[in-house]
Amino acid sequence: MSEIEHHLTRALRKSSGRILASLIKSFGDFDKAEDALQDAAAEALRVWPTNGIPHNPAAWLHTAAKRRAIDKIRKDTRHHAKETQQILIDLEATKEDMSETDYDIPDERLRLMFTCCHPALSNEAQLALTLRTLGGLTVREIARAFLSSETAMLQRITRAKKKIRDAGIPYEVPGIEQLAGRRVAVQKTIYLIFNESYSAFEGQTLTRDDLAKEAIRLAALLFRLDPCPETGGLLCLMQFTHARRAARTDNDGQMVSLEHQDRSLWDHKTIKQTNALLVEQFKLGQFGPYQIQAAISGMHCQAQSWGATDWQQIAALYQALTAFDPSPVVQLNAAMAQANMGEVQPALASLQTLEDELCCYQPFFAARAELHLMRGDKTSALFDLDRAIDLTKNLIERRFLLDKRENVAICKSDTEN
Amino acid sequence: MQFMALIYNAEGSESSYEGGMGKIMADYWKFGEEAKAAGVMVTGDALEAVSTATSIRERNGKVELTDGPFAETKEQLGGYYLLECKDLDQAIEWAQKIPTAKYGTIEVRPVMVFDQ
Repeated sequence: MSEIEHHLTRALRKSSGRILASLIKSFGDFDKAEDALQDAAAEALRVWPTNGIPHNPAAWLHTAAKRRAIDKIRKDTRHHAKETQQILIDLEATKEDMSETDYDIPDERLRLMFTCCHPALSNEAQLALTLRTLGGLTVREIARAFLSSETAMLQRITRAKKKIRDAGIPYEVPGIEQLAGRRVAVQKTIYLIFNESYSAFEGQTLTRDDLAKEAIRLAALLFRLDPCPETGGLLCLMQFTHARRAARTDNDGQMVSLEHQDRSLWDHKTIKQTNALLVEQFKLGQFGPYQIQAAISGMHCQAQSWGATDWQQIAALYQALTAFDPSPVVQLNAAMAQANMGEVQPALASLQTLEDELCCYQPFFAARAELHLMRGDKTSALFDLDRAIDLTKNLIERRFLLDKRENVAICKSDTEN
Repeated sequence: MQFMALIYNAEGSESSYEGGMGKIMADYWKFGEEAKAAGVMVTGDALEAVSTATSIRERNGKVELTDGPFAETKEQLGGYYLLECKDLDQAIEWAQKIPTAKYGTIEVRPVMVFDQ
């Protein structure tokens, strides 16, 4: 890659979300905005080698893209005259006399977030569109992240953009009466992106670092543009989780459970900062599920060892979480915390009530196997581990479970002999 | 933009509405007045029962008539409103006020505009 290309790629990676958001605001159209930015990038490759790399490449690209778009709109006779006029007035209103260094692209990304995560779009479309326009990821990168084909991903994005345009999905931050509900949709999309990076369903690797970082970046952006304690909670939850990534797999790429992780590999600086941020959110007194999950994650992060973990607190937090989210998965986690406090029998009893609902959920059987082991019941543990192995589609998880099964089987035959 | 709100519900599902049929009628009347006052209402009608429906198609120059609706589904089209709204968000806001949203489904779709 030449130096020019390197600078251009960096500028686009850093600022394309912001440039696109601003262009979409002016045109009210995703495709026109993307085309204009692409044209500007091509122009940069032509002009920068002779004129030099501008001081503020992002501002240069923004201005160039707007000029290209104005030209195109002027030529486009199908456009309704009145609308065209307004767009041109908006575009030309930018202070051209401002020096490039002072030039600031208006931050329209919050609007774009609400549009991309509009509940009238499917979850898959929300994820793809958010990563494409706000994250500046290429269609190929998104397709790879979601283990889908490039054609399918492109189709999904195209369809979503068409719906935004034709169904009248507004390009706006929702009004105060809708804001709370719609903000939840944005938070959920970001969290889904993050989860996707960790689950790697049917994938070979357990984490996809870039996707996780992108989700954290988006949450930080949402939090900065629209500060709300639950968004803060979401950001903390993801940061705590991500801070433990280095310890999650060993040198051979094998998965390491929280219990056996080398805690010195955790990113303690991030943990400390995140903890301070979470405390700030809690002080505002508007609790919600993300803040509580972040607190649980934070408790783990701050424990010196598995044995030193404050299970009492964690169990209480899970109890609080069930008030917001009574799903069987949350109840499963609450029961595991209870078991780790030493109350194994009651935990096992509450797990039995969840079996019907979680009969296809791998972690349920892995967790119940754990409880059987705590009670010394190796036969039942092996039985549940087999079911967990059958259900997992992630190769690394599978290897982890197979190892565990082997260890239990060896212990079992030792005691029997 | 104009949005068509298509009102679907399963036969008999009205009975789950709190206050019964009388309350549904009153709430529909209230919705109509509110939408008119807000300048959102273009037009709207309720349709007779699905049992009155006739479906028509022409194939190979021959017109075929069928007794019954286009699609035999549990939820059937029972009426519509044509609403003038700023965007989809406003259309959704009004659609959720239609009483049948509480026991049926409202589908909103923009009316297509053809360029001259």
